[in-house]
Amino acid sequence: MADLKVQIIEQLNLQDTKPEDIGDDQALFVEGLGLDSIDALELIVLLQQKYQVKLANADDGPKVFRTVRTMAEYITAHKAQNA
Amino acid sequence: MSAPVFIAGTGAISAIGHSTAACLAALKNEAAGIGEMRYLDSVHRDELPVAEVKLSNEELSLLSGLAPGISRTAELGTIAAKEALENAGIGDVAQWRTGFISANSVGGMDKTENFYKAFLPDPTKGRLRDVVNHECGAVTEIVADQLGIKDYITTISTACSSSANSIFFGARLIRNNILDVVVAGGADALTKFTLNGFNTLMILDSEYCKPFDENRKGLNLGEGAGYVVLVSEKVAATLKENPSVKLSGYCNANDAYHQTASSPDGTGSYLAMSGALKRAGLQPADIGYINLHGTGTQNNDIAEGTAIKRLFDPRFPMMSSTKTFTGHTLGACGGIEAVFSIMALNNGIVYPNLRLETPMAALPFTPETKLVTGVDIKHVLSNSFGFGGNCSSLIFSKV
Amino acid sequence: MSDDLYITAVCGIGSNRVTRDGQVIFEEAGTAPGEFLVAAYRHSGIAYPKFFKMDNLSRLGWLAAELLTEGQGLLEKYDPKRTGIVLSNANSSLDTDTRYYETTRDMASPALFVYTLPNIVMGEICIRQGFKGENAFFITETFDAAFMQHYVTGLMKEGNLACCICGWVEILGPEYKTVLFLVEKTVLEVGHSQKFTTENIIKHYAL
Repeated sequence: MADLKVQIIEQLNLQDTKPEDIGDDQALFVEGLGLDSIDALELIVLLQQKYQVKLANADDGPKVFRTVRTMAEYITAHKAQNA
Repeated sequence: MSAPVFIAGTGAISAIGHSTAACLAALKNEAAGIGEMRYLDSVHRDELPVAEVKLSNEELSLLSGLAPGISRTAELGTIAAKEALENAGIGDVAQWRTGFISANSVGGMDKTENFYKAFLPDPTKGRLRDVVNHECGAVTEIVADQLGIKDYITTISTACSSSANSIFFGARLIRNNILDVVVAGGADALTKFTLNGFNTLMILDSEYCKPFDENRKGLNLGEGAGYVVLVSEKVAATLKENPSVKLSGYCNANDAYHQTASSPDGTGSYLAMSGALKRAGLQPADIGYINLHGTGTQNNDIAEGTAIKRLFDPRFPMMSSTKTFTGHTLGACGGIEAVFSIMALNNGIVYPNLRLETPMAALPFTPETKLVTGVDIKHVLSNSFGFGGNCSSLIFSKV
Repeated sequence: MSDDLYITAVCGIGSNRVTRDGQVIFEEAGTAPGEFLVAAYRHSGIAYPKFFKMDNLSRLGWLAAELLTEGQGLLEKYDPKRTGIVLSNANSSLDTDTRYYETTRDMASPALFVYTLPNIVMGEICIRQGFKGENAFFITETFDAAFMQHYVTGLMKEGNLACCICGWVEILGPEYKTVLFLVEKTVLEVGHSQKFTTENIIKHYAL
């Protein structure tokens, strides 16, 4: 999850945010980091580029990207499937 | 300033026809132009339906008279603008103060992206000739040259509202007595740049789009060009046939919400439509037909629909999205749909909104699903809403 | 009451220098445009994290608009529907188009694609400032002061706008320049304001 936080910050240009500022279970969208729909799309790109995990259905986005932990869990689950 | 601005001619080329008349015939026959990718060489060929103009670049070059190898955007623009000017019957443009206001979003990108493919891995490769006309403005100049227009030329680039903005800018120039005749509208060719970009925003439908349907999944990209010839009262009086349509209202407003999404209550759309009505001195009830922006994305249709609900409740005019025929032609859509709106007025028809199966639950109205003929419409409202919150509405009225 | 329009503020960013009403308020020699803009943003003390999501064209125009309107209380004075923006440049969004295109080699970036249109900078300014009035973006080979003066005057005299941000916003590779003018209809005290004429526009643009 620590790596993921660094990657999220880089992918989303969150220049003024440090990895320590992002809680494992903190809501990423709306309140929390205040991310928007374009950020969600960039996270889909991140998953594919860094982890080769594809999110085929954009509607699953809110669920998968709710927190860093839910993202990490999704990656682990799907990486195993791809292996 | 209340000088009227008349429409003397129209020109259009799109997935459903290579001239105004051909497009009208297709609209009446409910024959959409969306289908498999035939001309663009993209990796998404088998995944995404598009609405291409059914002519190769070589065929377009024969039709336009431009040398082969010129940007597809310029080819499309030339064909439609030439038709509009011939249609207008104003004779030699040099006898009037004539302007050309054109819009596009991709410019010569269709050529540039192929140049980059060769150039990026090896800087000694690639034909520089292909990038010479990359800029939006360069494409406009090519078309202006073909039309012989020299007095005033400019390019507007505001995404999907671009050519609507060109049209009312042209009208302003006439009303302010700066020009007598303006050819205004826009052109855009389908490119991998746009296709990949929209795909990454996940707003493309992998099937044929269903604007204003509860289960809509996105838009289909299209290409084409649409122009109108605007003339002053003085010029109109010299024409063999008195113009039957005028541009009576227009308005542009910014939604000030998000770079690519519309505000949920459709503020920008509402301001643009109500502003256009105000300028035209009309009430919502005077509008007989709305040519919707209706792209088929979840976001646009609910925002536009909500704005219409706020403005027109309880009496709703007939409405439809002709993007169900032509796809979303981006920088050209304001121009193409202006031409369709004018033809609707002249022919007393309302086009169907194709493939609508389930009306949107949140809206108290449904677009027309079948062609309607023999209607006496006096005023048509045409909407064009672009990225960057740039919202424009035009009103065309019978003279 | 005069019928004239006034330039009540000017902001310029170019050659690694930020000026406001002709005074240099920040400069940092030797840095590339991207870094310079971030440094200028930090120096301004404005806190708007979304700045970092913007492309360079939007950062340039947005920052200039912020500095231009700082302390002016525009939305207290004017109806948001009557505050507008008219901008122009020669190269549209080409700087970002190229960057976006490079990402398509691997995976296209949605965040970059959003900025491959020149009018998004107006969208960013409107989102921040709350402007809902008319916007237009013209592509011209060079800055046409006479056109800008004429067009904006027309908009404001027609009654569409009571206040307008207008000017030039351009960036391509290492070259960048923006000069933005705040034009208002009624000024209680003329003070440092200047009449909105082509000559005055050219004078400020040249600085």
